[in-house]
Amino acid sequence: MGKTLFERIWDAHVVAQDEGAPAALYIDAHLVHEVTSPQAFATLRERGLSVRRPDKTFATMDHAIPTRLPTSPGEQSPAGQQVKAESGTERGGGSLNSVDMALWPEDAATQVRTLRQNCAEFGITLFDIEGDIQGIVHVIGPELGITQPGMTIVCGDSHTSTHGAFGALAFGIGTSEVGHVLATQCLMQKKPKTFAINIEGALGTGVTAKDIILAIIAKNGAGGGVGHVFEYRGAAIRQMSMASRMTICNMSIEGGARAGLIAPDETTFDYIRGRAYAPTGEAWERAVAHWRTFQTDEDAVFDREMTLDASALAPMVTYGTNPGQGAPVTGRVPKADDLEDEAERRSLQNALAYMGLTEGQPIEGQHVDIVFIGSCTNSRIEDLRAAAAIAKGRRVSAHVEALVVPGSKAVKAQAEAEGLDRIFSEAGFQWRGAGCSMCLAMNDDKAGEGKYVASTSNRNFIGRQGPGSRSLLMSPIMAAAAAVNGRVIDVREIL
Amino acid sequence: MMQPFTNLTSTALPLRAENVDTDQIIPARYLTAVTQAGMGDGLFSWWRYKRDGSPNPDFVLNQPQYKGAEVLVAGRNFGIGSSREHAVWALTQYGFRAVISPGFADIFYNNSLKNGLLPVRLPEEIVNRLLDLIEEAPQTTISIDLENQTIALPSVSGEQWTARSFDIDPFRRWCLVRGFDELDYLLDKDKQISDFEASATF
Repeated sequence: MGKTLFERIWDAHVVAQDEGAPAALYIDAHLVHEVTSPQAFATLRERGLSVRRPDKTFATMDHAIPTRLPTSPGEQSPAGQQVKAESGTERGGGSLNSVDMALWPEDAATQVRTLRQNCAEFGITLFDIEGDIQGIVHVIGPELGITQPGMTIVCGDSHTSTHGAFGALAFGIGTSEVGHVLATQCLMQKKPKTFAINIEGALGTGVTAKDIILAIIAKNGAGGGVGHVFEYRGAAIRQMSMASRMTICNMSIEGGARAGLIAPDETTFDYIRGRAYAPTGEAWERAVAHWRTFQTDEDAVFDREMTLDASALAPMVTYGTNPGQGAPVTGRVPKADDLEDEAERRSLQNALAYMGLTEGQPIEGQHVDIVFIGSCTNSRIEDLRAAAAIAKGRRVSAHVEALVVPGSKAVKAQAEAEGLDRIFSEAGFQWRGAGCSMCLAMNDDKAGEGKYVASTSNRNFIGRQGPGSRSLLMSPIMAAAAAVNGRVIDVREIL
Repeated sequence: MMQPFTNLTSTALPLRAENVDTDQIIPARYLTAVTQAGMGDGLFSWWRYKRDGSPNPDFVLNQPQYKGAEVLVAGRNFGIGSSREHAVWALTQYGFRAVISPGFADIFYNNSLKNGLLPVRLPEEIVNRLLDLIEEAPQTTISIDLENQTIALPSVSGEQWTARSFDIDPFRRWCLVRGFDELDYLLDKDKQISDFEASATF
């Protein structure tokens, strides 16, 4: 019997496998950010340990940092609080460089300073907010060519699953495990099961990778993939850009999976070629030949399997407080009586009470207060281009506050070179610096109490985007359409 | 060294909710710390406090009859979402030593084991009956014997609940019972790791 892609990567990384114990799995790349690493470095210090492979460890700052550019001093944040911003600085490339950390909230500044100290002390490459390369860790890893097929990649962040788009086994870990990888470059891991998700057919106009993954999670539930690694396969996947593949793999964790994988192909190799950490010359040829071996054999058997017809999908929107509570924009919020399972009924009723939505109401037409375009799910240049095409020549609805947060400084610079920032600004969107921002509201980007956020991010949990915030997850073009209409609409009506 | 977990007999707190995510267990605003301290105060913050910061008396954690409970009983799919180990630190700092649920998210499950918090998976109908029982009779105690992988519950309406077994990976049980840190296991593999690195072609 043949091997799945997952098994092939797994088998190539088992350092030790004692009977009755999980495998000690070797990690090829470890990504580090400011929020989940300080306590791990503290453990190393307490125990007198060093970082085993600083050359395989890369850090950046993304979660806690402000993304407000120093253009609009005294601007009101969505939550209504006065935001500190430096005055008298031109907007443009690298403008975050001039942001004075003294103006940041003290705790964010402390986390960033702590990360700098830790990276300096342990010899780790840091893509600092004061340099040209910085951004959401899952956007810059691929962008720099650090993410490569056949690798194992971890980070103290659940959306590490993003890197699976390259055929790398990539998953989020806790802070203790961050310490384990720093000290030993290994992790104790129980072997997950495999789950093939076949996505056949072609996506219709206005339907995107985000809608595919939201549909999968709506079908299987937020816990549907627990203990499994998804492998996304099929015609729809093969036709997709790397950006779209990353969007899908990114939300594997929302489907409960340990990781998501897509076998590498020419699209993958074309993306990696020429990037900073990509091999060159003869080494490139050897690498590609090696990468091509990371496929699932025809006779391999998955533990579970499902098939989805991409051509039957409509744009998706979540209405609840977990990512499995989603429906097509053409559909309605379910009725509790239609659900057989008591727990699902309770979950729906609690979610709707929090969301202020009613059973059976149409998804289309739902009021929106804030629009957030960004996050590791949907902040790459392709996402911004698609959203800008909707925003172009239109105006953000008068009652809506809309922000666009590029995933990295490189994405931001590219968008500015293409004039996307002007399109957004002219339409009334705020144009921001790179970071996680309102995806998790760790910085000053917080939606206010009771506000509806049309968001391209990945989680609609209670309070996720600010105390009392109500998230409606959707694709970038759906979010842009919601911004200009002030309510959820089917973006296909205005394409 | 991690606090060892051998036996526990305690009252239990019923959290009748499914898909409890780590943002509910500890919101992102508590994640700005650079140490583990202070997480217990943020546990279930959105539910536990009113927006003005005062305790919400409707939330089970604030109800006196459940004070001192070291076991948390919750609905299916507990701990979904973010990888934040802060969620486990919040639970242990508050005083919980075990969580019973029909199922846990993978990262939360792994994080629990590294902090001496025992995640116990039991069939959903048992968890539901347990929730009914501790809602009705908050003084009910639950006994967990990790070495023997059994959980003893008081008898309910004639049913025999004693010594029901639960699954846990033997290595993880071994670590928990001794308070053994997995990092020491990995550090002992130094030679194998070096050999692996020397043989790797990519």
